[in-house]
Amino acid sequence: MTAEPTRLVYFSWVRERIGVQEERRTLPATVKTAGDLVAWLAGQGDNYAYALEAPDSIRVAVDQEHVDHDESIAGAREIALFPPMTGG
Amino acid sequence: MAAIVPTIRVAATPFDVGAEIAAAQGNDPAVGAVASFVGYCRDEGGRLAALELEHYPGMAERELNRVAGEAIGRWPLYALTIHHRFGKLLPGEPIVLVVTASSHRLAAFEACEYLMDFLKTRAPFWKKEHLKDGTSGDWVAAKDADDRQLDRWK
Repeated sequence: MTAEPTRLVYFSWVRERIGVQEERRTLPATVKTAGDLVAWLAGQGDNYAYALEAPDSIRVAVDQEHVDHDESIAGAREIALFPPMTGG
Repeated sequence: MAAIVPTIRVAATPFDVGAEIAAAQGNDPAVGAVASFVGYCRDEGGRLAALELEHYPGMAERELNRVAGEAIGRWPLYALTIHHRFGKLLPGEPIVLVVTASSHRLAAFEACEYLMDFLKTRAPFWKKEHLKDGTSGDWVAAKDADDRQLDRWK
């Protein structure tokens, strides 16, 4: 598998705390699930640690589809991290 | 009954509730019931100047289409419309509209409630409060009650 960068997008207070709307990151091979990604990103700096301090509150979408933390992110082009939704 | 195509719109601009209800009825003599729900921006006891609705473009439309498809599979509907706004909304402004048309009221009412319950927990929208004192308030927290509400549709 080639290490193509993955597009990461953030919304709501996850976006505000991390400080960017989106970025491209080359994910290490050890990051296999949505939960792995949240844990790995939390170690990328104080802003990430703050945004992701409560992993259970972080929702993940892979290519615009909701996934659980134990689901694979293999082959993802775009992964979104955001808090529980409050529309309606 | 042939499968219907839902009308889904995510936009900053307002919607015309009366026109959308008339369109759902669609001069179809088979339609005996049209149910609608409109969600408005509240002022929270005078505290709130505005709500800012952030959304995930693309995924918002996809998730609304998904819950619409589930409702169409579950109830015999002749029309289904969802409009959801984003951007800065003032107290009194409408945020969301759901319209369902069926032969009988029960299907129309139930489908309308189902759509609201699922779009609240699945559609990627987030509300931020802007307060009257000029400060930017908090992001609205998701309610556990909204999650529990889903259990009745199992």
